Amino acid sequence: MMNSTLNAVQYEDKLTLNFSGELTLYLVNSYQETVERFSAKALKKVEINLEGVSYMDSAVSIFLNDLLHSYSSKKIATSVIASDEDILSTLELTKKYKISGEKQVQKSKKSFVESIGKKIHNNYLGLLSFMDFLGKLIATKIHYLKSVRNVRFKEIAFEMNESGVKALGIIALTSFLIGLVVAYQSAFQLKIYGANIFIVDMLGISMLRELAPLITAIVIAGRSGSAFTAQIGAMKITEELDAMRTMGFDPYIFLVIPRILALMIVMPMLIFVADIMGVLGGMFVANVDLGITTELFLERFNEVVAVKHFFIGLIKGPFFAFLIASIGIYRGLMVKNDTQSIGFNTTKSVVESIFAVIVCDAIFSIAFTNLGI
Amino acid sequence: MNAIEVKEVKTIFDDRVIHDGLNLKIEIGEIYGLLGPSGCGKTTLLREMVMLQKFDAGAISVLGHDLSSIHHNEAQKLRREWGVLFQAGALFSSLSVRENIALPLQEYTDLSKVMIEEIVKFKIDLVGLKQQDAHLFPSQISGGMKKKAGLARALSMDPKLLFLDEPTSGLDPISARDFDSLILELRSLLGLTIVMVSHDLQSINDTLDRMAIIDNKKIAYEGNLNNVKSVDSDFIQTFFGKYNE
Repeated sequence: MMNSTLNAVQYEDKLTLNFSGELTLYLVNSYQETVERFSAKALKKVEINLEGVSYMDSAVSIFLNDLLHSYSSKKIATSVIASDEDILSTLELTKKYKISGEKQVQKSKKSFVESIGKKIHNNYLGLLSFMDFLGKLIATKIHYLKSVRNVRFKEIAFEMNESGVKALGIIALTSFLIGLVVAYQSAFQLKIYGANIFIVDMLGISMLRELAPLITAIVIAGRSGSAFTAQIGAMKITEELDAMRTMGFDPYIFLVIPRILALMIVMPMLIFVADIMGVLGGMFVANVDLGITTELFLERFNEVVAVKHFFIGLIKGPFFAFLIASIGIYRGLMVKNDTQSIGFNTTKSVVESIFAVIVCDAIFSIAFTNLGI
Repeated sequence: MNAIEVKEVKTIFDDRVIHDGLNLKIEIGEIYGLLGPSGCGKTTLLREMVMLQKFDAGAISVLGHDLSSIHHNEAQKLRREWGVLFQAGALFSSLSVRENIALPLQEYTDLSKVMIEEIVKFKIDLVGLKQQDAHLFPSQISGGMKKKAGLARALSMDPKLLFLDEPTSGLDPISARDFDSLILELRSLLGLTIVMVSHDLQSINDTLDRMAIIDNKKIAYEGNLNNVKSVDSDFIQTFFGKYNE
């Protein structure tokens, strides 16, 4: 590569800029710095000499045009010395685009109130369209399940394996750790009062009734909810959904219902596993930290933790599963024809389904307590 | 009877008018092209014909069924009488090529596994794929092979009507010409009616019997290639003008 130089000379009120060599976009900044050293106030004439230039790219050409423009707007006479055809035509080209570019339409700025209003309205429309999805699902598609022949057992089994069996490990580990942490923190407090044995009551009820279902739902929302969105969204982009429709395969029956059913079946089983592992974690801490033997723990567990807590935890499973699966799938169907919207909708799907699960859990909690269960 | 009749179809997206009263007739047994500048709504019209999209006014009838008043069961039956090849093949990515082609047969017929296997093999041969490629998944094959596999899937139920969305786009010139001759061959072998959206001049010249050119929301021309140059339309003049010189 040839070296490029800018030699700037000021003689009284005339500035001469002698460029030579290869002028490329990497050097524009240094040219700018050089030129700015000369105050425009003292100048009446600027000459740009490009005679020694062997090559000039469009970035430099834009820079030179801008420079000439700013000088002439300050009433400084400018002149360009160049004889190379290529260089002149590059200068001419960028000049032409500068003129045509000046007519750009400016986007009107939205006011603060307007943008908030639009956002709220969009969220409202989003809620309506989710209701539309649920309504369509329940009103027009559920009747397919009346006949056992229409149930797609193969797809359901596949999804149960994907979202259930393969999630066992992570759910077991997470709930074991939560059981451990909860027991450890409460053991510290209970020891102060010498109420060691109450760890069983506390752990049993909180784990079976609230924590195990919630942890399972959150892990599944992150794992399967996002997977549903991404899978269905990608199928939409590759026109697979359209292909299904033209072949007469209703995506609701082939993709939506099997996923929802699979998750609803598998969720209580996962909660059951989470129950076991959570209590096991607590039992471990009780043994090590509080000196409660396994026999004592289990005996006390049998006495004080009513079986209703276990069933309340399980009953939440299908509801959480329905929320997670339907939000995940709905978000997948909302994917537009670009790859960015897959990421956007996957994020939304996870956030919304976790939120929905927690709201649903709160409603259950209030309802069950008021019912005296 | 015409295979497809489009009458005064209007399509409006939000507040943008795409079609403003389209009329065309596609006869049984012909290869019919939908042409026009990009963004004129060729693919939209094709999607309306296969019930993927609703139109706002007018009527489309396909194989004698009026699409705006068709019942669910009738529509399901109609869907088995056509095959659609999407631009990028749109193969189901969780299934292998063979399973893709076999899927409609599995879902809609009570054929034995052996019989389905036979039919799939025949369709694979028909579109010019290699038998050993049939176990591959869509992610493992090239764009041209995807189109051929998509075509084999579209043909698996022996449809009367075949819709092709830009069948030669994205193919190299040799594969594109192969695809053209494949389409001609299929028409004479199976007696298909073929509707296609295309931009490929060579393919238009080699395969189409008749065509409709959509320009400026209307049908600018309907007929065969011989008279197309006489039409006064900027698109037709630039598109066909240079080609015939």
